[in-house]
Amino acid sequence: MIYLLLFWEFLKVGVFAIGGGMMTLPFLYDISDRLAWFDRADIVNIVAVSVAAPGPIGINMVTYAGYHVAGIAGGLIAALSLALPAIIITLIVAGFLSKFSENRYVQWVFYGLQPAIVGLVASVCIDLLKISVVPADRFKASGYLGDLINIKALILFAVLYFAISRYKRHPFFYIAAAAIVGMIFGF
Amino acid sequence: MKQLLDFFITFCKIGGLTFGGGYAMLPLLQKEVVENKGWVKEEELVEYYAISQCIPGPMAVSIAILVGYKQKGIACAIFAALGIIMPSIIIIMLLAALFQEIMDIPLVGHAFAGIRIAVVALVIQSVVVLGKSGVKDIYGLLIMVVAFILATFTDISIIYIIVAAGILGIFIRKRGEDTK
Repeated sequence: MIYLLLFWEFLKVGVFAIGGGMMTLPFLYDISDRLAWFDRADIVNIVAVSVAAPGPIGINMVTYAGYHVAGIAGGLIAALSLALPAIIITLIVAGFLSKFSENRYVQWVFYGLQPAIVGLVASVCIDLLKISVVPADRFKASGYLGDLINIKALILFAVLYFAISRYKRHPFFYIAAAAIVGMIFGF
Repeated sequence: MKQLLDFFITFCKIGGLTFGGGYAMLPLLQKEVVENKGWVKEEELVEYYAISQCIPGPMAVSIAILVGYKQKGIACAIFAALGIIMPSIIIIMLLAALFQEIMDIPLVGHAFAGIRIAVVALVIQSVVVLGKSGVKDIYGLLIMVVAFILATFTDISIIYIIVAAGILGIFIRKRGEDTK
Protein backbone atom coordinates (compact mmCIF):
# COMPACT_ATOMS: atom_id res chain seq x y z
CA MET A 1 0.00 0.00 0.00
CA ILE A 2 1.87 3.02 -1.32
CA TYR A 3 -0.07 5.59 0.76
CA LEU A 4 0.72 3.85 4.03
CA LEU A 5 4.39 3.64 3.09
CA LEU A 6 4.40 7.34 2.15
CA PHE A 7 2.84 8.19 5.50
CA TRP A 8 5.42 6.13 7.41
CA GLU A 9 8.46 7.43 5.50
CA PHE A 10 7.54 11.11 5.80
CA LEU A 11 6.40 10.72 9.40
CA LYS A 12 9.95 9.61 10.19
CA VAL A 13 11.28 12.70 8.42
CA GLY A 14 8.90 14.79 10.52
CA VAL A 15 10.30 13.30 13.72
CA PHE A 16 13.99 13.52 12.87
CA ALA A 17 14.38 16.52 10.56
CA ILE A 18 15.36 19.19 13.06
CA GLY A 19 16.95 22.48 12.10
CA GLY A 20 15.06 23.95 9.18
CA GLY A 21 13.75 23.04 5.75
CA MET A 22 17.10 22.14 4.21
CA MET A 23 17.38 19.32 6.73
CA THR A 24 14.65 17.53 4.77
CA LEU A 25 17.14 17.14 1.94
CA PRO A 26 19.37 14.36 3.36
CA PHE A 27 16.19 12.41 4.11
CA LEU A 28 15.05 12.67 0.49
CA TYR A 29 18.41 11.20 -0.54
CA ASP A 30 18.02 8.47 2.02
CA ILE A 31 14.55 7.62 0.70
CA SER A 32 15.69 7.65 -2.92
CA ASP A 33 18.54 5.24 -2.04
CA ARG A 34 16.23 2.77 -0.35
CA LEU A 35 12.98 2.98 -2.26
CA ALA A 36 13.81 4.37 -5.71
CA TRP A 37 10.74 6.61 -5.66
CA PHE A 38 12.70 9.35 -7.36
CA ASP A 39 16.26 9.76 -8.59
CA ARG A 40 18.97 12.30 -7.80
CA ALA A 41 18.01 14.59 -10.67
CA ASP A 42 14.40 14.59 -9.48
CA ILE A 43 15.55 15.70 -6.03
CA VAL A 44 17.40 18.68 -7.47
CA ASN A 45 14.24 19.74 -9.29
CA ILE A 46 12.27 19.27 -6.07
CA VAL A 47 14.67 21.58 -4.22
CA ALA A 48 14.57 24.17 -6.98
CA VAL A 49 10.80 24.42 -6.95
CA SER A 50 10.63 24.27 -3.14
CA VAL A 51 12.97 27.15 -2.43
CA ALA A 52 11.45 29.28 -5.18
CA ALA A 53 7.80 28.78 -4.14
CA PRO A 54 6.15 30.37 -1.08
CA GLY A 55 5.63 28.52 2.21
CA PRO A 56 7.72 26.34 4.54
CA ILE A 57 10.54 24.74 2.50
CA GLY A 58 10.27 21.33 4.18
CA ILE A 59 6.53 21.13 3.45
CA ASN A 60 7.20 22.18 -0.14
CA MET A 61 9.84 19.49 -0.64
CA VAL A 62 7.81 16.58 0.69
CA THR A 63 4.63 17.71 -1.09
CA TYR A 64 6.49 17.66 -4.39
CA ALA A 65 8.12 14.33 -3.55
CA GLY A 66 4.80 12.80 -2.50
CA TYR A 67 3.08 14.09 -5.63
CA HIS A 68 5.88 12.65 -7.75
CA VAL A 69 5.33 9.24 -6.15
CA ALA A 70 1.54 9.01 -5.93
CA GLY A 71 -0.23 12.06 -7.37
CA ILE A 72 -2.43 14.47 -5.46
CA ALA A 73 -3.22 12.06 -2.61
CA GLY A 74 0.50 11.35 -2.33
CA GLY A 75 1.36 15.03 -2.02
CA LEU A 76 -1.31 15.58 0.61
CA ILE A 77 -0.26 12.57 2.68
CA ALA A 78 3.41 13.50 2.53
CA ALA A 79 2.76 17.07 3.69
CA LEU A 80 0.45 16.04 6.52
CA SER A 81 2.77 13.27 7.73
CA LEU A 82 5.67 15.71 7.86
CA ALA A 83 3.60 18.19 9.86
CA LEU A 84 2.01 15.65 12.23
CA PRO A 85 4.96 15.10 14.62
CA ALA A 86 5.53 18.87 14.83
CA ILE A 87 1.84 19.38 15.64
CA ILE A 88 1.80 16.74 18.38
CA ILE A 89 5.15 17.64 19.94
CA THR A 90 4.36 21.36 19.93
CA LEU A 91 0.99 20.78 21.59
CA ILE A 92 2.75 18.82 24.34
CA VAL A 93 5.44 21.48 24.72
CA ALA A 94 2.83 24.27 24.78
CA GLY A 95 1.82 22.98 28.22
CA PHE A 96 5.14 23.78 29.87
CA LEU A 97 6.14 26.48 27.44
CA SER A 98 8.66 28.94 28.76
CA LYS A 99 10.87 26.36 30.39
CA PHE A 100 11.32 24.27 27.28
CA SER A 101 13.92 26.11 25.20
CA GLU A 102 15.88 27.02 28.34
CA ASN A 103 15.92 23.45 29.61
CA ARG A 104 19.56 22.45 29.75
CA TYR A 105 19.00 18.97 28.35
CA VAL A 106 17.25 20.47 25.33
CA GLN A 107 20.17 22.85 24.89
CA TRP A 108 22.71 20.06 25.29
CA VAL A 109 20.99 17.90 22.68
CA PHE A 110 21.10 20.83 20.29
CA TYR A 111 24.75 21.42 21.02
CA GLY A 112 25.38 17.97 19.51
CA LEU A 113 22.67 18.07 16.85
CA GLN A 114 23.54 21.30 15.10
CA PRO A 115 27.04 20.30 13.94
CA ALA A 116 25.71 16.90 12.80
CA ILE A 117 23.05 18.67 10.74
CA VAL A 118 25.74 20.79 9.09
CA GLY A 119 27.70 17.61 8.27
CA LEU A 120 24.64 15.86 6.85
CA VAL A 121 23.60 18.71 4.59
CA ALA A 122 27.24 19.19 3.53
CA SER A 123 27.29 15.56 2.47
CA VAL A 124 24.31 16.24 0.23
CA CYS A 125 26.23 19.11 -1.38
CA ILE A 126 28.81 16.64 -2.74
CA ASP A 127 26.07 14.81 -4.56
CA LEU A 128 24.46 18.00 -5.80
CA LEU A 129 27.81 19.13 -7.21
CA LYS A 130 28.23 15.82 -9.02
CA ILE A 131 24.86 16.18 -10.68
CA SER A 132 25.03 19.76 -11.83
CA VAL A 133 28.53 21.22 -11.82
CA VAL A 134 31.10 18.40 -12.03
CA PRO A 135 29.77 15.73 -14.42
CA ALA A 136 31.30 12.70 -12.70
CA ASP A 137 29.16 10.21 -14.62
CA ARG A 138 30.36 11.43 -17.99
CA PHE A 139 33.96 11.16 -16.79
CA LYS A 140 33.38 7.60 -15.59
CA ALA A 141 31.94 6.64 -18.97
CA SER A 142 34.68 8.21 -21.10
CA GLY A 143 37.67 8.15 -18.75
CA TYR A 144 38.67 11.46 -20.36
CA LEU A 145 39.75 13.91 -17.68
CA GLY A 146 38.52 16.88 -19.68
CA ASP A 147 34.99 15.59 -19.23
CA LEU A 148 35.25 16.33 -15.53
CA ILE A 149 35.45 20.01 -16.20
CA ASN A 150 32.37 21.78 -17.39
CA ILE A 151 33.61 25.34 -17.81
CA LYS A 152 30.20 26.90 -18.40
CA ALA A 153 28.74 25.29 -15.31
CA LEU A 154 31.75 26.17 -13.16
CA ILE A 155 31.62 29.83 -14.15
CA LEU A 156 27.89 30.09 -13.50
CA PHE A 157 28.33 28.32 -10.17
CA ALA A 158 31.14 30.66 -9.07
CA VAL A 159 29.22 33.77 -10.08
CA LEU A 160 26.02 32.61 -8.36
CA TYR A 161 27.78 31.54 -5.19
CA PHE A 162 29.54 34.89 -4.95
CA ALA A 163 26.28 36.75 -5.54
CA ILE A 164 24.35 34.68 -3.01
CA SER A 165 26.86 35.16 -0.21
CA ARG A 166 27.29 38.83 -1.03
CA TYR A 167 23.70 39.95 -1.66
CA LYS A 168 20.94 38.40 0.39
CA ARG A 169 18.28 38.41 -2.31
CA HIS A 170 15.41 35.98 -2.38
CA PRO A 171 16.34 32.51 -3.80
CA PHE A 172 13.75 32.97 -6.55
CA PHE A 173 15.91 35.74 -7.99
CA TYR A 174 18.96 33.49 -8.39
CA ILE A 175 16.92 30.58 -9.71
CA ALA A 176 15.26 32.77 -12.34
CA ALA A 177 18.64 34.23 -13.35
CA ALA A 178 20.15 30.74 -13.65
CA ALA A 179 17.20 29.53 -15.73
CA ILE A 180 17.66 32.41 -18.19
CA VAL A 181 21.42 31.84 -18.43
CA GLY A 182 20.74 28.12 -18.92
CA MET A 183 18.40 28.78 -21.82
CA ILE A 184 20.57 31.39 -23.52
CA PHE A 185 23.82 29.45 -23.33
CA GLY A 186 22.31 25.99 -23.81
CA PHE A 187 23.40 24.26 -20.61
CA MET B 1 -16.42 28.15 14.25
CA LYS B 2 -15.98 31.67 12.96
CA GLN B 3 -12.83 32.04 15.01
CA LEU B 4 -11.40 28.75 13.78
CA LEU B 5 -11.92 29.96 10.23
CA ASP B 6 -10.28 33.26 11.11
CA PHE B 7 -7.19 31.40 12.30
CA PHE B 8 -7.17 29.18 9.25
CA ILE B 9 -7.42 32.10 6.81
CA THR B 10 -4.90 34.30 8.62
CA PHE B 11 -2.29 31.53 8.61
CA CYS B 12 -3.11 30.67 5.00
CA LYS B 13 -2.20 34.24 4.15
CA ILE B 14 1.09 33.98 6.04
CA GLY B 15 1.97 30.62 4.45
CA GLY B 16 1.07 31.75 0.96
CA LEU B 17 2.95 35.02 1.08
CA THR B 18 6.21 33.94 2.74
CA PHE B 19 9.08 33.23 0.40
CA GLY B 20 12.20 31.66 1.85
CA GLY B 21 11.05 29.40 4.68
CA GLY B 22 10.55 29.76 8.43
CA TYR B 23 12.88 32.63 9.19
CA ALA B 24 11.48 34.79 6.42
CA MET B 25 8.06 34.38 8.02
CA LEU B 26 8.78 36.59 11.04
CA PRO B 27 7.94 40.01 9.57
CA LEU B 28 4.64 38.78 8.20
CA LEU B 29 3.77 37.04 11.46
CA GLN B 30 4.48 40.24 13.37
CA LYS B 31 2.22 42.20 11.08
CA GLU B 32 -0.70 39.77 11.01
CA VAL B 33 -0.66 38.02 14.37
CA VAL B 34 0.74 40.77 16.60
CA GLU B 35 -0.41 44.03 15.00
CA ASN B 36 -3.59 43.20 13.08
CA LYS B 37 -5.10 40.46 15.22
CA GLY B 38 -3.45 41.06 18.59
CA TRP B 39 -3.41 37.32 19.29
CA VAL B 40 0.05 37.36 20.87
CA LYS B 41 2.54 39.97 22.04
CA GLU B 42 5.80 40.75 20.26
CA GLU B 43 7.93 39.13 23.00
CA GLU B 44 5.80 36.01 22.96
CA LEU B 45 6.34 35.64 19.23
CA VAL B 46 10.10 35.89 19.68
CA GLU B 47 9.92 33.24 22.38
CA TYR B 48 7.83 30.99 20.13
CA TYR B 49 10.56 31.31 17.54
CA ALA B 50 13.15 30.08 20.01
CA ILE B 51 10.94 27.17 21.07
CA SER B 52 10.01 26.12 17.54
CA GLN B 53 13.68 25.85 16.59
CA CYS B 54 14.04 23.09 19.20
CA ILE B 55 11.07 21.11 17.88
CA PRO B 56 11.36 18.62 15.00
CA GLY B 57 9.57 19.36 11.74
CA PRO B 58 8.78 22.64 10.02
CA MET B 59 9.24 25.71 12.26
CA ALA B 60 6.24 27.41 10.68
CA VAL B 61 3.95 24.60 11.83
CA SER B 62 5.19 24.81 15.42
CA ILE B 63 4.76 28.58 15.54
CA ALA B 64 1.21 28.32 14.17
CA ILE B 65 0.40 25.72 16.85
CA LEU B 66 1.82 27.86 19.65
CA VAL B 67 -0.09 30.97 18.57
CA GLY B 68 -3.34 29.06 18.08
CA TYR B 69 -3.01 27.16 21.34
CA LYS B 70 -2.30 30.31 23.34
CA GLN B 71 -5.43 31.93 21.99
CA LYS B 72 -8.10 29.26 22.02
CA GLY B 73 -6.67 25.81 22.66
CA ILE B 74 -6.13 22.69 20.60
CA ALA B 75 -8.77 23.17 17.88
CA CYS B 76 -7.50 26.64 17.06
CA ALA B 77 -3.93 25.37 17.04
CA ILE B 78 -4.71 22.67 14.52
CA PHE B 79 -6.60 25.04 12.22
CA ALA B 80 -3.67 27.45 12.33
CA ALA B 81 -1.22 24.66 11.46
CA LEU B 82 -3.36 23.42 8.57
CA GLY B 83 -3.70 27.00 7.36
CA ILE B 84 0.00 27.63 7.20
CA ILE B 85 0.72 24.51 5.11
CA MET B 86 -2.34 24.62 2.84
CA PRO B 87 -1.10 27.21 0.28
CA SER B 88 2.20 25.31 -0.07
CA ILE B 89 0.43 22.05 -0.77
CA ILE B 90 -1.75 23.56 -3.49
CA ILE B 91 0.91 25.73 -5.14
CA ILE B 92 3.56 22.98 -5.15
CA MET B 93 1.25 20.40 -6.66
CA LEU B 94 0.19 22.84 -9.40
CA LEU B 95 3.86 23.56 -10.18
CA ALA B 96 4.76 19.85 -10.09
CA ALA B 97 1.94 19.04 -12.50
CA LEU B 98 3.02 21.86 -14.79
CA PHE B 99 6.68 20.79 -14.82
CA GLN B 100 5.75 17.21 -15.61
CA GLU B 101 4.12 18.50 -18.76
CA ILE B 102 6.86 20.83 -19.96
CA MET B 103 10.02 18.99 -18.82
CA ASP B 104 10.49 17.33 -22.24
CA ILE B 105 10.75 20.65 -24.07
CA PRO B 106 14.50 21.16 -24.80
CA LEU B 107 14.47 24.82 -23.77
CA VAL B 108 12.99 23.90 -20.37
CA GLY B 109 15.70 21.26 -20.02
CA HIS B 110 18.36 23.94 -20.54
CA ALA B 111 16.63 26.19 -18.01
CA PHE B 112 16.63 23.43 -15.41
CA ALA B 113 20.29 22.63 -16.06
CA GLY B 114 20.96 26.25 -15.08
CA ILE B 115 18.56 26.10 -12.15
CA ARG B 116 20.31 23.01 -10.75
CA ILE B 117 23.53 25.00 -10.52
CA ALA B 118 21.72 27.75 -8.61
CA VAL B 119 20.32 25.11 -6.24
CA VAL B 120 23.81 23.80 -5.43
CA ALA B 121 25.03 27.31 -4.73
CA LEU B 122 22.01 28.01 -2.50
CA VAL B 123 22.38 24.79 -0.51
CA ILE B 124 26.15 25.25 -0.02
CA GLN B 125 25.52 28.80 1.13
CA SER B 126 22.97 27.56 3.69
CA VAL B 127 25.51 24.99 4.95
CA VAL B 128 28.01 27.80 5.49
CA VAL B 129 25.44 29.86 7.40
CA LEU B 130 24.37 26.84 9.48
CA GLY B 131 27.99 26.00 10.20
CA LYS B 132 28.82 29.48 11.43
CA SER B 133 26.01 29.42 13.99
CA GLY B 134 25.92 25.71 14.85
CA VAL B 135 29.57 24.66 15.16
CA LYS B 136 30.80 26.32 18.32
CA ASP B 137 34.01 24.52 19.30
CA ILE B 138 36.34 21.60 18.57
CA TYR B 139 33.74 19.00 19.63
CA GLY B 140 31.23 20.54 17.29
CA LEU B 141 33.78 20.44 14.48
CA LEU B 142 34.47 16.77 15.19
CA ILE B 143 30.78 15.86 15.23
CA MET B 144 30.31 17.73 11.95
CA VAL B 145 33.22 15.95 10.25
CA VAL B 146 32.19 12.50 11.51
CA ALA B 147 28.56 13.04 10.48
CA PHE B 148 29.76 14.16 7.05
CA ILE B 149 32.01 11.12 6.60
CA LEU B 150 29.36 8.66 7.78
CA ALA B 151 26.69 10.17 5.54
CA THR B 152 28.96 10.37 2.50
CA PHE B 153 30.80 7.05 2.64
CA THR B 154 28.57 4.62 4.53
CA ASP B 155 24.99 3.39 4.36
CA ILE B 156 24.27 4.15 8.01
CA SER B 157 20.78 5.63 8.32
CA ILE B 158 20.92 9.36 9.02
CA ILE B 159 18.38 8.80 11.80
CA TYR B 160 21.10 6.98 13.79
CA ILE B 161 23.57 9.76 13.10
CA ILE B 162 21.11 12.38 14.38
CA VAL B 163 20.22 10.41 17.52
CA ALA B 164 23.89 9.70 18.27
CA ALA B 165 24.78 13.38 17.85
CA GLY B 166 22.04 14.41 20.27
CA ILE B 167 23.23 11.91 22.90
CA LEU B 168 26.85 12.98 22.38
CA GLY B 169 25.79 16.57 22.93
CA ILE B 170 24.38 15.67 26.34
CA PHE B 171 27.51 13.71 27.32
CA ILE B 172 29.96 16.41 26.25
CA ARG B 173 28.11 19.25 27.96
CA LYS B 174 27.36 17.22 31.09
CA ARG B 175 31.03 16.30 31.48
CA GLY B 176 31.94 19.94 30.90
CA GLU B 177 29.60 20.94 33.68
CA ASP B 178 30.74 18.20 36.08
CA THR B 179 34.40 19.20 35.77
CA LYS B 180 33.58 22.83 36.48
